[in-house]
Amino acid sequence: MNVRSAIHLVSLGLALAFAAAQPAAAADTIDPAVDAKAFQKYFTDKFPKVKLEDFVNGPYSMNEDMHRQWEEKEEFPPYEFSLDMGKEMFAKPFKNGKSYADCFANGGIGVRQNYPYFDEKEGKVITLELALNRCREANGEPPFSYVKDEMAALTAYMAFTSRGKPFDIKIPNDPRALEAFETGKQYFYTRRGQLNFSCASCHVQNPGERIRAEILAPALGILNAMPIYRSEWGGMGTISRRFTTCNVQTRSVPLDPQSDEYRDLEYYLSYVSNGLPISGPGARP
Amino acid sequence: MSMIHSKASISMLALMAALLGAGASPALGAASEDDFKAAYAAAVDANKQAAQLRDQWTVTATALAGAKKAADAGDFDKAVAESKEAEALAKASVFQATSEKDAWKAMEIH
Repeated sequence: MNVRSAIHLVSLGLALAFAAAQPAAAADTIDPAVDAKAFQKYFTDKFPKVKLEDFVNGPYSMNEDMHRQWEEKEEFPPYEFSLDMGKEMFAKPFKNGKSYADCFANGGIGVRQNYPYFDEKEGKVITLELALNRCREANGEPPFSYVKDEMAALTAYMAFTSRGKPFDIKIPNDPRALEAFETGKQYFYTRRGQLNFSCASCHVQNPGERIRAEILAPALGILNAMPIYRSEWGGMGTISRRFTTCNVQTRSVPLDPQSDEYRDLEYYLSYVSNGLPISGPGARP
Repeated sequence: MSMIHSKASISMLALMAALLGAGASPALGAASEDDFKAAYAAAVDANKQAAQLRDQWTVTATALAGAKKAADAGDFDKAVAESKEAEALAKASVFQATSEKDAWKAMEIH
């Protein structure tokens, strides 16, 4: 082998090594800010007539007739009983004399937009529902079911005190927080169940379209309205209820409410809706 | 009846006879309790793999419950058939979970 051939061979080897290293490096990069920007752009491009803050109204932002129905419904909102119950529960002291207000910043008023957050001590995502039950347990009270009734009432009241405040989810510079965000993203896009649907199959690829009688909500802003009164449920439901029922509808066995994957999913979905206002509690068909 | 029609009728009869024969064959070799136990254990194993991958299907659980119910009633043919269906469903969910480890990226918004 002459010198020129050897140089070419070495150059080729280096070029291949570099080329091989590039995609791996790009694939390993987790950049939530870039993801959130692309996520919001996707929806605003897809629905140029819908204002960014209107995406929090779910299917009502996608269809004029439904929007009118919703405006009328809001005069006597079906979540009102739950909201009143939540307000009362929130104010009532535990047996030890303390209350929910003692567990949260600013006495729990106007803080919904900061949940979920990443707890660097625990290394995990803390949702509002989880924080409420931990608050109860820390004060000697039994936890509530995560899916409806009391939990829906409490989160309805806390969301109400944050109405209009933009989601402000933080991702600290901690590899575990980035991993939680990425895990949530993966869960969101992963197909599961016999119907082979991911969350994105409905809420990214088909918002505004009908699935049976329902108009699918866009994923952007989908958690801002939680908890919700759903006519289909005949009552209130929390974010946990939304996730588990979505799984069941695709014929997938749901995970336990507040399992790590669901917490990470909530973290991801909330973060990519940063800047959009809290509108909960909401009502949906 | 023309020759072509006759041939078609004979073929159809042969096909029907073959299908009836295939349908009747489980009755000829009726399944035993041991057959059910083996088929059910295979289905449960496959479903455990799906659980490890966090991707079990509700229909697998339904088929497993159906298999158990049929076995309790002494209908081992049905119990084996339901067990095999559960195993096939569980294996499909394992395949889904495995392929989605990378495939999910194709759906991501960029």
